[in-house]
Amino acid sequence: MAFVGSEPPAQPALGASAVKVLIAGGFGVGKTTMVGAVSEIAPLRTEEMISEISGKVDDLSGVENKTTTTVALDFGRITINESLILYLFGTPGQERFWFLWDELALGALGAVVLADTRRLDGCFAAVDFFERRQIPFVLAVNNFFGKQFYTADEVREATDLDSNTPILLCDVRQRESSKAVLATLLEHLIARISNPDAAASEAVGG
Amino acid sequence: MRHGRESWYDDEAGPLVRPYSVTRGRTRPDRYDLNIITLVSTTSKENLALEPEYVQILRLCRIPLSIAEVSAKLGLPIVVVKILVADLIEDGLLIFRSPDSPLNTETPDMKTLQAVLDGIRRL
Repeated sequence: MAFVGSEPPAQPALGASAVKVLIAGGFGVGKTTMVGAVSEIAPLRTEEMISEISGKVDDLSGVENKTTTTVALDFGRITINESLILYLFGTPGQERFWFLWDELALGALGAVVLADTRRLDGCFAAVDFFERRQIPFVLAVNNFFGKQFYTADEVREATDLDSNTPILLCDVRQRESSKAVLATLLEHLIARISNPDAAASEAVGG
Repeated sequence: MRHGRESWYDDEAGPLVRPYSVTRGRTRPDRYDLNIITLVSTTSKENLALEPEYVQILRLCRIPLSIAEVSAKLGLPIVVVKILVADLIEDGLLIFRSPDSPLNTETPDMKTLQAVLDGIRRL
């Protein structure tokens, strides 16, 4: 039996369930590269049509102008075991649209915000998005061309992240480095459950 | 995706025409609680006389696939795939499994998180 595309290494059972992690960050920061570094399949691209309420609302009629935008999404897959699949979704480059895509963030275990220290402000929108929705995340500073412009502490200061949110340096082209970023995220998620007080103060402080 | 029929509309009609013709104009996919990581599996190996998109979905989903994967492999927007998948679920040809608690981001269960962490470390 021939299928289009690759087959997963471990065949998930019929009753398998899926979880997702989002990879967000500014344009060109390496989101799809990271998905590809750890995914068992070549990253796939899908599209969704998002309704956008335009800024112009007629106060008299109350009729909102709705336009539809097509947003692309790159994703990969890791079969954790026969009953669990992890999907990694690289959020689209056009942030102003993926913020409108509620379903993308809904139910996500957590997120990786990728930052490029040469253009640190590129990650601010994503940081803001996850903080507001109280979706736990780690900030991973992608080390392009082997040059590190700032330390993790300097990045924390610049982004005004609370002390509970992990910040780490990475090179998403390297599989081991991308794995380490995901493992740090999962450890962070587990720590939040193990120590709810810290998570609560994080929510209040954030 | 062409079926030997020339369309009367041109490119200026935009990209939405074909998907919406597949779904016969229906735009509401919410008959079931389907989302991008809902896994769907084919229940039957029969070859049914269905429209090509349905047949392709049934063929792809002989191994459990997410809505997002079906969308990517068929080159159809997610909203369209949800409608087609819902049709097949209604006809008993597909079964689906949505994430256990899609609305509950506060307390993902520890066992799942630990399994994901172990799986990542094993990569």
